[in-house]
Amino acid sequence: MPSSRYIFPHKHLLGIQPLSPQDITAILDQALAFEEVCERPNIKIVPALRKKLVVNLFFENSTRTRNSFEIAEKRLSAEIINFDADTSSLTKGETLIDTAMNLQAMHPDLIVMRHSAPGAHALLSRHMKASIINAGDGAHEHPTQALLDAYTLRKRFGRLEGLRVAIVGDIRNSRVVRSNLWLLTKMGAKVTLVGPPTLVPQELKATWPTISISHDFDAVIPDQDAIMMLRAQFERGTGAYIPGQGEYSRFYQLNPARMKRARKDVVVLHPGPINRGLEITSDVADGPNNLILDQVTNGVPVRMAVLYLLSNQHGEQVP
Amino acid sequence: MPAAPGPCPMDSGQMEATLHRLATDLVARLQPQEELVLLGIRSRGLPLAERLALLLRAATGATVPVGALDITLYRDDLTEMVGSPIVRPTEIPFTLTDRTVVLVDDVLYTGRTVRAAMDALLDHGRPHRVMLLVLAERSGRELPIQADLAGLRVEIPKGHRVAVRLKEIDGEDGVTVEAC
Repeated sequence: MPSSRYIFPHKHLLGIQPLSPQDITAILDQALAFEEVCERPNIKIVPALRKKLVVNLFFENSTRTRNSFEIAEKRLSAEIINFDADTSSLTKGETLIDTAMNLQAMHPDLIVMRHSAPGAHALLSRHMKASIINAGDGAHEHPTQALLDAYTLRKRFGRLEGLRVAIVGDIRNSRVVRSNLWLLTKMGAKVTLVGPPTLVPQELKATWPTISISHDFDAVIPDQDAIMMLRAQFERGTGAYIPGQGEYSRFYQLNPARMKRARKDVVVLHPGPINRGLEITSDVADGPNNLILDQVTNGVPVRMAVLYLLSNQHGEQVP
Repeated sequence: MPAAPGPCPMDSGQMEATLHRLATDLVARLQPQEELVLLGIRSRGLPLAERLALLLRAATGATVPVGALDITLYRDDLTEMVGSPIVRPTEIPFTLTDRTVVLVDDVLYTGRTVRAAMDALLDHGRPHRVMLLVLAERSGRELPIQADLAGLRVEIPKGHRVAVRLKEIDGEDGVTVEAC
Protein backbone atom coordinates (compact mmCIF):
# COMPACT_ATOMS: atom_id res chain seq x y z
CA MET A 1 0.00 0.00 0.00
CA PRO A 2 1.47 3.41 -0.91
CA SER A 3 2.41 5.59 2.01
CA SER A 4 0.02 8.34 3.05
CA ARG A 5 2.40 10.91 1.55
CA TYR A 6 2.04 9.42 -1.93
CA ILE A 7 0.26 11.75 -4.35
CA PHE A 8 -0.92 10.44 -7.71
CA PRO A 9 1.42 12.27 -10.09
CA HIS A 10 -0.53 12.26 -13.37
CA LYS A 11 -2.79 14.96 -14.70
CA HIS A 12 -4.45 12.73 -17.30
CA LEU A 13 -5.23 9.07 -17.76
CA LEU A 14 -4.41 8.64 -21.44
CA GLY A 15 -3.39 5.01 -21.05
CA ILE A 16 -1.79 2.48 -18.73
CA GLN A 17 1.58 2.87 -20.46
CA PRO A 18 2.65 6.03 -18.54
CA LEU A 19 1.70 4.61 -15.12
CA SER A 20 4.18 3.12 -12.65
CA PRO A 21 3.31 -0.01 -10.64
CA GLN A 22 2.91 2.31 -7.63
CA ASP A 23 0.38 4.45 -9.55
CA ILE A 24 -1.59 1.34 -10.53
CA THR A 25 -1.57 0.08 -6.96
CA ALA A 26 -2.74 3.49 -5.75
CA ILE A 27 -5.74 3.43 -8.11
CA LEU A 28 -6.67 -0.11 -7.06
CA ASP A 29 -6.29 0.74 -3.35
CA GLN A 30 -8.37 3.88 -3.78
CA ALA A 31 -11.06 1.82 -5.54
CA LEU A 32 -11.35 -0.30 -2.38
CA ALA A 33 -12.60 2.75 -0.45
CA PHE A 34 -15.12 3.46 -3.21
CA GLU A 35 -16.29 -0.14 -3.30
CA GLU A 36 -17.35 0.38 0.32
CA VAL A 37 -19.33 3.45 -0.80
CA CYS A 38 -21.01 1.44 -3.60
CA GLU A 39 -21.91 -1.38 -1.20
CA ARG A 40 -23.56 0.86 1.41
CA PRO A 41 -27.13 -0.09 2.25
CA ASN A 42 -28.55 3.39 1.81
CA ILE A 43 -26.58 6.43 0.67
CA LYS A 44 -24.08 5.43 -2.00
CA ILE A 45 -22.79 8.95 -2.59
CA VAL A 46 -19.79 10.90 -1.28
CA PRO A 47 -19.15 14.62 -1.78
CA ALA A 48 -15.60 14.18 -3.14
CA LEU A 49 -16.23 15.83 -6.55
CA ARG A 50 -18.75 18.41 -5.41
CA LYS A 51 -18.54 21.58 -7.55
CA LYS A 52 -16.49 19.75 -10.21
CA LEU A 53 -17.77 19.64 -13.79
CA VAL A 54 -17.25 16.42 -15.73
CA VAL A 55 -17.91 16.25 -19.48
CA ASN A 56 -18.57 12.84 -21.00
CA LEU A 57 -17.44 13.27 -24.58
CA PHE A 58 -18.30 10.21 -26.63
CA PHE A 59 -17.43 10.19 -30.31
CA GLU A 60 -18.20 6.47 -30.48
CA ASN A 61 -21.14 4.64 -29.01
CA SER A 62 -20.47 2.88 -25.77
CA THR A 63 -23.50 2.48 -23.58
CA ARG A 64 -21.79 0.31 -20.98
CA THR A 65 -18.61 2.28 -20.45
CA ARG A 66 -20.50 5.55 -20.47
CA ASN A 67 -23.12 4.34 -18.00
CA SER A 68 -20.40 3.08 -15.71
CA PHE A 69 -18.59 6.44 -15.83
CA GLU A 70 -21.84 8.31 -15.30
CA ILE A 71 -22.73 6.27 -12.22
CA ALA A 72 -19.18 6.79 -10.91
CA GLU A 73 -19.48 10.56 -11.44
CA LYS A 74 -22.87 10.70 -9.74
CA ARG A 75 -21.61 8.75 -6.74
CA LEU A 76 -18.85 11.36 -6.38
CA SER A 77 -21.40 14.23 -6.51
CA ALA A 78 -19.94 15.72 -9.71
CA GLU A 79 -21.84 17.94 -12.12
CA ILE A 80 -22.22 16.10 -15.41
CA ILE A 81 -22.61 17.13 -19.03
CA ASN A 82 -23.06 14.48 -21.71
CA PHE A 83 -21.78 15.55 -25.08
CA ASP A 84 -22.72 13.26 -27.93
CA ALA A 85 -20.89 13.49 -31.19
CA ASP A 86 -24.10 12.75 -33.10
CA THR A 87 -25.92 15.75 -31.74
CA SER A 88 -22.97 18.14 -31.74
CA SER A 89 -21.57 20.46 -34.31
CA LEU A 90 -19.00 17.81 -35.20
CA THR A 91 -21.45 16.60 -37.77
CA LYS A 92 -21.29 20.15 -39.13
CA GLY A 93 -17.56 19.88 -39.68
CA GLU A 94 -16.12 21.28 -36.45
CA THR A 95 -12.63 19.96 -35.78
CA LEU A 96 -11.62 18.18 -32.59
CA ILE A 97 -9.57 21.20 -31.55
CA ASP A 98 -12.54 23.53 -32.11
CA THR A 99 -14.63 21.23 -29.96
CA ALA A 100 -11.91 21.24 -27.30
CA MET A 101 -11.67 25.03 -27.28
CA ASN A 102 -15.43 25.35 -26.98
CA LEU A 103 -15.49 22.90 -24.11
CA GLN A 104 -12.57 24.68 -22.45
CA ALA A 105 -14.57 27.90 -22.53
CA MET A 106 -17.04 26.19 -20.16
CA HIS A 107 -14.23 25.36 -17.67
CA PRO A 108 -14.74 21.64 -17.15
CA ASP A 109 -12.54 19.93 -14.56
CA LEU A 110 -12.51 16.50 -16.13
CA ILE A 111 -13.26 15.15 -19.58
CA VAL A 112 -14.06 11.50 -20.15
CA MET A 113 -13.56 10.84 -23.83
CA ARG A 114 -14.03 7.98 -26.24
CA HIS A 115 -12.67 8.57 -29.71
CA SER A 116 -11.67 6.19 -32.47
CA ALA A 117 -8.33 7.91 -33.12
CA PRO A 118 -5.48 6.80 -30.82
CA GLY A 119 -3.91 10.27 -30.65
CA ALA A 120 -7.12 12.18 -29.99
CA HIS A 121 -6.78 12.22 -26.21
CA ALA A 122 -3.19 13.41 -26.22
CA LEU A 123 -4.14 16.12 -28.72
CA LEU A 124 -7.02 17.26 -26.54
CA SER A 125 -4.83 17.27 -23.43
CA ARG A 126 -2.51 19.79 -25.07
CA HIS A 127 -5.37 22.22 -25.72
CA MET A 128 -7.23 22.00 -22.42
CA LYS A 129 -6.71 22.68 -18.78
CA ALA A 130 -9.06 19.86 -17.80
CA SER A 131 -7.83 16.39 -16.94
CA ILE A 132 -8.56 13.93 -19.74
CA ILE A 133 -9.61 10.35 -19.10
CA ASN A 134 -9.37 7.96 -22.01
CA ALA A 135 -12.54 5.88 -22.18
CA GLY A 136 -11.29 3.96 -25.21
CA ASP A 137 -9.43 4.99 -28.34
CA GLY A 138 -9.67 2.75 -31.37
CA ALA A 139 -7.55 -0.35 -30.94
CA HIS A 140 -4.98 1.50 -28.80
CA GLU A 141 -5.88 1.76 -25.08
CA HIS A 142 -8.88 1.45 -22.77
CA PRO A 143 -7.19 2.01 -19.42
CA THR A 144 -10.19 1.87 -17.08
CA GLN A 145 -11.18 -1.54 -18.49
CA ALA A 146 -7.70 -2.89 -17.72
CA LEU A 147 -7.84 -1.36 -14.24
CA LEU A 148 -11.20 -2.94 -13.45
CA ASP A 149 -9.94 -6.29 -14.79
CA ALA A 150 -6.91 -5.98 -12.50
CA TYR A 151 -9.09 -4.96 -9.57
CA THR A 152 -11.30 -8.01 -10.16
CA LEU A 153 -8.27 -10.33 -10.34
CA ARG A 154 -6.57 -8.80 -7.30
CA LYS A 155 -9.76 -9.09 -5.30
CA ARG A 156 -10.02 -12.80 -6.11
CA PHE A 157 -6.34 -13.78 -5.85
CA GLY A 158 -5.00 -11.13 -3.48
CA ARG A 159 -2.19 -10.28 -5.89
CA LEU A 160 -1.32 -9.71 -9.54
CA GLU A 161 2.35 -10.66 -9.40
CA GLY A 162 2.98 -14.14 -10.76
CA LEU A 163 -0.64 -14.58 -11.81
CA ARG A 164 -0.97 -16.59 -15.03
CA VAL A 165 -3.44 -14.92 -17.38
CA ALA A 166 -4.44 -16.07 -20.88
CA ILE A 167 -6.01 -13.45 -23.12
CA VAL A 168 -7.91 -15.23 -25.87
CA GLY A 169 -9.43 -14.21 -29.18
CA ASP A 170 -9.24 -11.18 -31.42
CA ILE A 171 -6.05 -9.66 -30.04
CA ARG A 172 -5.51 -7.61 -33.19
CA ASN A 173 -8.67 -5.51 -33.01
CA SER A 174 -8.92 -5.15 -29.24
CA ARG A 175 -8.07 -1.99 -27.33
CA VAL A 176 -8.62 -3.85 -24.08
CA VAL A 177 -5.61 -6.05 -24.81
CA ARG A 178 -3.03 -3.28 -25.06
CA SER A 179 -4.04 -1.69 -21.78
CA ASN A 180 -4.12 -5.09 -20.14
CA LEU A 181 -0.69 -5.99 -21.51
CA TRP A 182 0.80 -2.80 -20.06
CA LEU A 183 -0.90 -3.30 -16.75
CA LEU A 184 -0.36 -7.01 -16.25
CA THR A 185 3.29 -6.96 -17.35
CA LYS A 186 4.06 -3.91 -15.17
CA MET A 187 2.52 -5.75 -12.21
CA GLY A 188 4.46 -8.94 -12.85
CA ALA A 189 1.69 -11.22 -14.17
CA LYS A 190 2.53 -13.91 -16.73
CA VAL A 191 0.48 -13.26 -19.85
CA THR A 192 -0.19 -15.64 -22.74
CA LEU A 193 -1.96 -14.34 -25.83
CA VAL A 194 -4.04 -16.98 -27.57
CA GLY A 195 -5.77 -16.88 -30.95
CA PRO A 196 -5.42 -17.71 -34.62
CA PRO A 197 -2.12 -16.49 -36.15
CA THR A 198 -3.95 -13.86 -38.18
CA LEU A 199 -5.47 -12.29 -35.05
CA VAL A 200 -2.38 -12.41 -32.80
CA PRO A 201 0.26 -10.08 -34.22
CA GLN A 202 3.74 -11.46 -33.44
CA GLU A 203 5.10 -7.91 -33.23
CA LEU A 204 3.42 -7.47 -29.84
CA LYS A 205 6.40 -9.37 -28.43
CA ALA A 206 8.65 -6.49 -29.45
CA THR A 207 6.78 -4.18 -27.06
CA TRP A 208 6.10 -6.77 -24.35
CA PRO A 209 9.02 -9.24 -24.47
CA THR A 210 7.87 -11.19 -21.39
CA ILE A 211 4.59 -12.35 -22.89
CA SER A 212 3.98 -15.71 -24.57
CA ILE A 213 1.98 -16.26 -27.74
CA SER A 214 0.14 -19.48 -28.50
CA HIS A 215 -2.27 -20.65 -31.16
CA ASP A 216 -3.22 -23.77 -29.22
CA PHE A 217 -5.87 -22.85 -26.66
CA ASP A 218 -6.26 -26.43 -25.41
CA ALA A 219 -2.56 -26.66 -24.56
CA VAL A 220 -2.53 -23.35 -22.69
CA ILE A 221 -5.68 -23.76 -20.58
CA PRO A 222 -4.43 -26.09 -17.79
CA ASP A 223 -1.74 -23.64 -16.62
CA GLN A 224 -3.90 -20.53 -16.23
CA ASP A 225 -5.22 -18.79 -13.13
CA ALA A 226 -7.41 -16.56 -15.26
CA ILE A 227 -8.79 -16.73 -18.78
CA MET A 228 -9.79 -13.44 -20.31
CA MET A 229 -12.03 -14.00 -23.32
CA LEU A 230 -12.26 -11.19 -25.85
CA ARG A 231 -15.22 -10.29 -27.96
CA ALA A 232 -14.96 -11.56 -31.54
CA GLN A 233 -15.57 -8.21 -33.18
CA PHE A 234 -17.08 -9.10 -36.51
CA GLU A 235 -18.44 -5.55 -36.73
CA ARG A 236 -14.84 -4.29 -36.48
CA GLY A 237 -13.42 -6.64 -39.05
CA THR A 238 -12.52 -9.81 -37.17
CA GLY A 239 -14.15 -11.72 -40.00
CA ALA A 240 -11.56 -10.59 -42.52
CA TYR A 241 -8.84 -12.50 -40.64
CA ILE A 242 -10.46 -15.91 -40.14
CA PRO A 243 -12.14 -18.53 -42.32
CA GLY A 244 -15.44 -18.38 -40.47
CA GLN A 245 -17.25 -18.22 -37.16
CA GLY A 246 -17.63 -22.00 -36.93
CA GLU A 247 -13.92 -22.56 -37.34
CA TYR A 248 -13.16 -19.78 -34.84
CA SER A 249 -15.44 -21.39 -32.26
CA ARG A 250 -13.98 -24.86 -32.85
CA PHE A 251 -10.49 -23.73 -31.85
CA TYR A 252 -10.98 -20.72 -29.59
CA GLN A 253 -14.39 -20.94 -27.94
CA LEU A 254 -14.42 -21.34 -24.17
CA ASN A 255 -16.92 -24.15 -23.61
CA PRO A 256 -17.53 -26.88 -21.00
CA ALA A 257 -15.12 -29.32 -22.70
CA ARG A 258 -12.29 -26.79 -22.48
CA MET A 259 -13.25 -25.79 -18.92
CA LYS A 260 -12.65 -29.45 -17.94
CA ARG A 261 -8.98 -28.92 -18.83
CA ALA A 262 -8.73 -25.82 -16.64
CA ARG A 263 -7.82 -25.52 -12.96
CA LYS A 264 -10.86 -25.87 -10.72
CA ASP A 265 -10.38 -22.35 -9.37
CA VAL A 266 -9.72 -20.71 -12.74
CA VAL A 267 -11.61 -17.46 -13.26
CA VAL A 268 -13.20 -16.40 -16.52
CA LEU A 269 -13.29 -12.74 -17.51
CA HIS A 270 -14.89 -11.04 -20.49
CA PRO A 271 -15.03 -7.28 -21.13
CA GLY A 272 -18.45 -7.59 -22.77
CA PRO A 273 -20.65 -7.48 -24.65
CA ILE A 274 -20.60 -11.27 -24.94
CA ASN A 275 -21.27 -13.10 -28.18
CA ARG A 276 -22.95 -16.10 -26.56
CA GLY A 277 -22.21 -19.26 -28.47
CA LEU A 278 -19.36 -17.67 -30.41
CA GLU A 279 -16.29 -17.00 -28.23
CA ILE A 280 -17.91 -18.39 -25.09
CA THR A 281 -20.88 -20.64 -24.41
CA SER A 282 -23.68 -19.59 -22.08
CA ASP A 283 -23.01 -22.33 -19.53
CA VAL A 284 -19.44 -21.04 -19.10
CA ALA A 285 -20.38 -17.34 -19.22
CA ASP A 286 -22.96 -17.93 -16.49
CA GLY A 287 -21.04 -20.72 -14.74
CA PRO A 288 -19.38 -20.82 -11.31
CA ASN A 289 -15.96 -19.69 -12.56
CA ASN A 290 -17.15 -16.52 -14.24
CA LEU A 291 -16.42 -13.06 -12.83
CA ILE A 292 -18.02 -11.25 -15.75
CA LEU A 293 -20.66 -9.39 -13.77
CA ASP A 294 -18.12 -8.72 -10.99
CA GLN A 295 -16.13 -6.88 -13.64
CA VAL A 296 -19.15 -4.69 -14.39
CA THR A 297 -19.75 -4.05 -10.69
CA ASN A 298 -16.09 -3.25 -10.07
CA GLY A 299 -16.02 -0.82 -12.99
CA VAL A 300 -17.82 1.81 -10.94
CA PRO A 301 -15.45 2.05 -7.92
CA VAL A 302 -12.42 1.81 -10.22
CA ARG A 303 -13.70 4.70 -12.35
CA MET A 304 -14.54 6.64 -9.16
CA ALA A 305 -10.92 6.14 -8.10
CA VAL A 306 -9.58 7.49 -11.39
CA LEU A 307 -11.94 10.49 -11.37
CA TYR A 308 -11.08 11.25 -7.75
CA LEU A 309 -7.31 10.94 -8.16
CA LEU A 310 -7.31 13.22 -11.22
CA SER A 311 -9.75 15.73 -9.79
CA ASN A 312 -7.24 17.75 -7.79
CA GLN A 313 -4.35 17.87 -10.25
CA HIS A 314 -4.07 21.62 -10.66
CA GLY A 315 -0.39 22.07 -11.27
CA GLU A 316 1.93 21.10 -14.08
CA GLN A 317 2.14 17.37 -13.71
CA VAL A 318 3.34 14.33 -15.51
CA PRO A 319 0.92 13.68 -18.43
CA MET B 1 10.61 19.77 10.65
CA PRO B 2 9.14 20.05 14.12
CA ALA B 3 11.49 21.21 16.86
CA ALA B 4 12.43 18.85 19.68
CA PRO B 5 9.32 17.75 21.60
CA GLY B 6 8.23 20.35 24.11
CA PRO B 7 6.70 19.80 27.54
CA CYS B 8 5.22 16.34 27.69
CA PRO B 9 1.52 16.51 28.63
CA MET B 10 1.12 12.71 28.69
CA ASP B 11 3.46 9.74 28.92
CA SER B 12 2.43 6.18 28.26
CA GLY B 13 1.33 5.47 31.84
CA GLN B 14 -0.73 8.65 31.94
CA MET B 15 -2.31 7.76 28.61
CA GLU B 16 -3.41 4.41 29.94
CA ALA B 17 -4.89 6.02 33.05
CA THR B 18 -6.60 8.66 30.91
CA LEU B 19 -8.24 6.06 28.67
CA HIS B 20 -9.47 4.22 31.79
CA ARG B 21 -11.02 7.41 33.08
CA LEU B 22 -12.60 8.19 29.70
CA ALA B 23 -14.15 4.72 29.54
CA THR B 24 -15.54 5.10 33.06
CA ASP B 25 -16.89 8.59 32.32
CA LEU B 26 -18.48 7.34 29.11
CA VAL B 27 -20.32 4.53 30.89
CA ALA B 28 -21.55 7.03 33.50
CA ARG B 29 -23.03 9.20 30.74
CA LEU B 30 -25.13 6.43 29.19
CA GLN B 31 -28.82 5.98 29.82
CA PRO B 32 -30.12 2.46 30.40
CA GLN B 33 -31.09 0.79 27.09
CA GLU B 34 -28.65 2.87 25.08
CA GLU B 35 -26.81 0.74 22.52
CA LEU B 36 -23.28 2.03 22.19
CA VAL B 37 -21.02 1.87 19.12
CA LEU B 38 -17.59 3.44 18.72
CA LEU B 39 -16.39 4.99 15.47
CA GLY B 40 -12.67 5.71 15.29
CA ILE B 41 -11.64 8.47 12.88
CA ARG B 42 -8.68 7.27 10.81
CA SER B 43 -5.93 7.09 11.47
CA ARG B 44 -5.23 7.54 15.22
CA GLY B 45 -8.84 7.57 16.35
CA LEU B 46 -9.21 3.93 15.32
CA PRO B 47 -6.67 2.32 17.71
CA LEU B 48 -7.99 4.60 20.47
CA ALA B 49 -11.54 3.34 19.80
CA GLU B 50 -10.31 -0.26 19.83
CA ARG B 51 -8.57 0.27 23.19
CA LEU B 52 -11.67 1.93 24.63
CA ALA B 53 -13.82 -1.00 23.49
CA LEU B 54 -11.58 -3.39 25.44
CA LEU B 55 -11.79 -1.19 28.54
CA LEU B 56 -15.58 -0.94 28.18
CA ARG B 57 -15.87 -4.70 27.92
CA ALA B 58 -13.75 -5.13 31.03
CA ALA B 59 -15.89 -2.58 32.87
CA THR B 60 -19.37 -3.65 31.74
CA GLY B 61 -18.99 -7.12 30.22
CA ALA B 62 -20.67 -5.86 27.03
CA THR B 63 -18.99 -6.05 23.63
CA VAL B 64 -19.07 -2.67 21.93
CA PRO B 65 -18.81 -2.69 18.12
CA VAL B 66 -15.97 -0.59 16.68
CA GLY B 67 -16.05 0.93 13.20
CA ALA B 68 -13.50 2.93 11.22
CA LEU B 69 -14.32 6.22 9.53
CA ASP B 70 -12.15 7.85 6.86
CA ILE B 71 -13.39 11.41 6.52
CA THR B 72 -11.15 12.54 3.64
CA LEU B 73 -13.95 12.49 1.04
CA TYR B 74 -16.05 14.78 3.28
CA ARG B 75 -13.34 17.37 3.99
CA ASP B 76 -14.45 20.94 3.25
CA ASP B 77 -11.07 21.71 1.67
CA LEU B 78 -10.85 18.56 -0.47
CA THR B 79 -11.45 20.29 -3.80
CA GLU B 80 -8.80 22.91 -2.99
CA MET B 81 -6.10 20.35 -2.22
CA VAL B 82 -3.24 19.77 -4.62
CA GLY B 83 -3.37 16.06 -5.30
CA SER B 84 -5.98 13.71 -3.90
CA PRO B 85 -4.91 11.78 -0.82
CA ILE B 86 -5.44 8.02 -1.02
CA VAL B 87 -8.47 7.21 1.10
CA ARG B 88 -8.82 3.98 3.03
CA PRO B 89 -12.18 2.25 3.30
CA THR B 90 -14.68 3.23 5.92
CA GLU B 91 -15.63 0.09 7.82
CA ILE B 92 -18.96 0.17 9.58
CA PRO B 93 -20.24 -3.43 9.40
CA PHE B 94 -23.22 -2.72 11.66
CA THR B 95 -26.19 -0.37 11.69
CA LEU B 96 -25.93 3.09 13.25
CA THR B 97 -29.66 3.66 13.28
CA ASP B 98 -30.99 4.27 16.80
CA ARG B 99 -27.54 3.58 18.30
CA THR B 100 -25.51 5.91 20.45
CA VAL B 101 -22.46 6.68 18.34
CA VAL B 102 -19.26 7.83 20.00
CA LEU B 103 -16.85 9.44 17.57
CA VAL B 104 -13.28 8.88 18.73
CA ASP B 105 -10.30 10.95 17.62
CA ASP B 106 -6.89 11.80 18.97
CA VAL B 107 -7.02 15.61 18.90
CA LEU B 108 -9.86 18.14 18.59
CA TYR B 109 -8.51 21.37 17.08
CA THR B 110 -10.45 23.34 14.44
CA GLY B 111 -13.48 21.06 14.56
CA ARG B 112 -13.49 20.60 10.78
CA THR B 113 -12.60 16.90 10.96
CA VAL B 114 -15.50 16.30 13.34
CA ARG B 115 -17.88 18.23 11.07
CA ALA B 116 -16.79 15.98 8.18
CA ALA B 117 -17.12 12.89 10.36
CA MET B 118 -20.71 13.79 11.26
CA ASP B 119 -21.61 14.19 7.58
CA ALA B 120 -19.92 10.87 6.83
CA LEU B 121 -21.62 8.91 9.58
CA LEU B 122 -25.07 10.32 8.82
CA ASP B 123 -24.73 8.75 5.34
CA HIS B 124 -24.61 5.39 7.12
CA GLY B 125 -27.75 5.78 9.23
CA ARG B 126 -29.62 7.89 11.75
CA PRO B 127 -28.17 7.43 15.23
CA HIS B 128 -30.10 8.07 18.43
CA ARG B 129 -27.35 10.50 19.41
CA VAL B 130 -23.72 11.24 18.58
CA MET B 131 -21.03 12.04 21.14
CA LEU B 132 -17.43 13.12 20.68
CA LEU B 133 -14.56 11.67 22.69
CA VAL B 134 -10.99 12.86 22.16
CA LEU B 135 -7.71 12.13 23.86
CA ALA B 136 -6.70 15.79 23.71
CA GLU B 137 -8.68 18.97 23.14
CA ARG B 138 -6.76 22.09 22.23
CA SER B 139 -7.72 25.72 21.61
CA GLY B 140 -8.38 27.04 18.09
CA ARG B 141 -11.91 25.98 17.16
CA GLU B 142 -13.21 27.24 13.81
CA LEU B 143 -16.64 25.63 14.07
CA PRO B 144 -19.15 25.44 16.94
CA ILE B 145 -18.09 21.95 18.00
CA GLN B 146 -16.95 20.68 21.38
CA ALA B 147 -15.93 17.38 22.90
CA ASP B 148 -18.25 15.53 25.28
CA LEU B 149 -15.28 13.75 26.80
CA ALA B 150 -11.64 14.83 26.59
CA GLY B 151 -8.64 13.23 28.25
CA LEU B 152 -6.67 16.45 28.26
CA ARG B 153 -7.49 20.11 27.61
CA VAL B 154 -4.65 22.43 26.58
CA GLU B 155 -4.38 26.09 25.59
CA ILE B 156 -1.64 26.34 22.99
CA PRO B 157 -0.98 29.07 20.45
CA LYS B 158 -1.31 28.73 16.68
CA GLY B 159 1.85 27.39 15.07
CA HIS B 160 2.02 24.56 17.56
CA ARG B 161 0.53 21.11 17.40
CA VAL B 162 -0.51 18.44 19.82
CA ALA B 163 1.27 15.31 18.62
CA VAL B 164 -0.28 12.03 19.71
CA ARG B 165 1.79 8.89 19.28
CA LEU B 166 0.23 5.46 19.63
CA LYS B 167 1.88 2.05 19.94
CA GLU B 168 -0.20 0.63 17.09
CA ILE B 169 0.99 3.26 14.59
CA ASP B 170 4.08 4.94 16.03
CA GLY B 171 5.52 2.18 18.21
CA GLU B 172 5.09 4.13 21.46
CA ASP B 173 2.43 5.95 23.47
CA GLY B 174 2.71 9.63 24.31
CA VAL B 175 1.36 13.14 23.80
CA THR B 176 3.63 16.14 23.24
CA VAL B 177 3.25 19.74 22.17
CA GLU B 178 5.49 20.66 19.26
CA ALA B 179 6.15 23.68 17.09
CA CYS B 180 4.92 23.02 13.52
